[in-house]
Amino acid sequence: MLKTNLTHVLSEQEHAKLLQENENVMICCGRMGPMCIPVYESMEELENEYKNIKFADMEFDMPDARIIRNLPECRSFQGLPFVVYYKNGNVVKATSSIQSKEQITDILDKQFGKN
Amino acid sequence: MQNHFDVIVIGAGAAGLTAGIYLSRAKVNTLILNEGAIGGQMVLTHEIANYPGVESISGYELARIMKSQAQKFGCTIKSNLKITNMNLQNEIKEITVNNKDVYTSSAVIIATGGKSRTIGSPGEDQFKGKGISYCATCDGDFFQNKEIVVVGGGNSALEEAVSLTKYASKVTIIHQFNHFQAFEHYVDEANNNPKISFIMESKIIEFTGDEKLSKVKIQNLATNEISEMEIAGVFIFIGYVPNTEKLDGIIELNEWKEIIVDKTLATSLKGVYAAGDSIAKRYRQVTTAVADGTIAALSAAEYINSLKKESVLA
Repeated sequence: MLKTNLTHVLSEQEHAKLLQENENVMICCGRMGPMCIPVYESMEELENEYKNIKFADMEFDMPDARIIRNLPECRSFQGLPFVVYYKNGNVVKATSSIQSKEQITDILDKQFGKN
Repeated sequence: MQNHFDVIVIGAGAAGLTAGIYLSRAKVNTLILNEGAIGGQMVLTHEIANYPGVESISGYELARIMKSQAQKFGCTIKSNLKITNMNLQNEIKEITVNNKDVYTSSAVIIATGGKSRTIGSPGEDQFKGKGISYCATCDGDFFQNKEIVVVGGGNSALEEAVSLTKYASKVTIIHQFNHFQAFEHYVDEANNNPKISFIMESKIIEFTGDEKLSKVKIQNLATNEISEMEIAGVFIFIGYVPNTEKLDGIIELNEWKEIIVDKTLATSLKGVYAAGDSIAKRYRQVTTAVADGTIAALSAAEYINSLKKESVLA
């Protein structure tokens, strides 16, 4: 399990439930590595500001993370973490490698509306 | 004043966190303001094996402990914010965050660190995370049995090139000079690795591909000849640049935009100190950043005490 304060997605079933129960979802799929940790940190802080979005993480190396690894939107990705944004269960945006809090905020505002 | 502190430390890498630990333990009311993630460059290191007293620790874990130590002594840490204005010239220093919150202090320690230098050639931004990486341990396994390039000629470049041979079928090191800056043993190790080859006196002038990076254009700097190479990935390790853009014109910087300090780590402005990778110095290690953070904290504490004595005498 990733050492973050985010909601952990531990299986494909949990992933499906999360998307079913929340209109706006951001999932960071990564490891406890240098490119991933800053993204988790940003998400932990943004969680308090964006109450309309569910923030979660998923361990990249667990078999069930194929639900994210194999997404068509992540086909070209070769840098951790894979971050996927869902609206009503559909992928609206996906990014590869480190992103700053500012970049993440821009995506959240654009995809889910300004907080 | 609620937003007034004795010392504001800008940056929460090894230097900034150490300053926070020392100042807070000495009961100096301290605020750390940090633009990026806690730990700075330290979290980019998967394993630190030469930090005295600790046999092996990840950069992330060491940063986490330093942060918790500072907070335990009473240090306030605010992270992932944007410093939008700095007024450091007056006796009371003013720092504006996110264009709205203003924090003041009697002294400031600048520990803004550095960031990875980028090549700046067309396509670099576009293919970041899609073939271009700055972290071998993070992304190396995406390149199993593929041909990749490592750019750079320092210790990091040579060391990571060797480590990437665990995954890649072939690693080509591209370096702009005809010699390496890395220590001899790193060069020897790369030279002796059958999977590694070298293109010297050359630089990448363009990254191309469709969804992923597939090709780089290389310019030979001696002959100006341009060639193309089909490649699955490029790892860039060409050093760091100091995070001092916001200080240009405010405090004295050298030609490399590093902060000029004296032996107490005082800058050209009274009450403003600097520590860590953003200052002009030869060696940039976690241990040297920690030492800088200590010196800057002690100097700032002494300065604060002298101000307090002055106000008592006045």
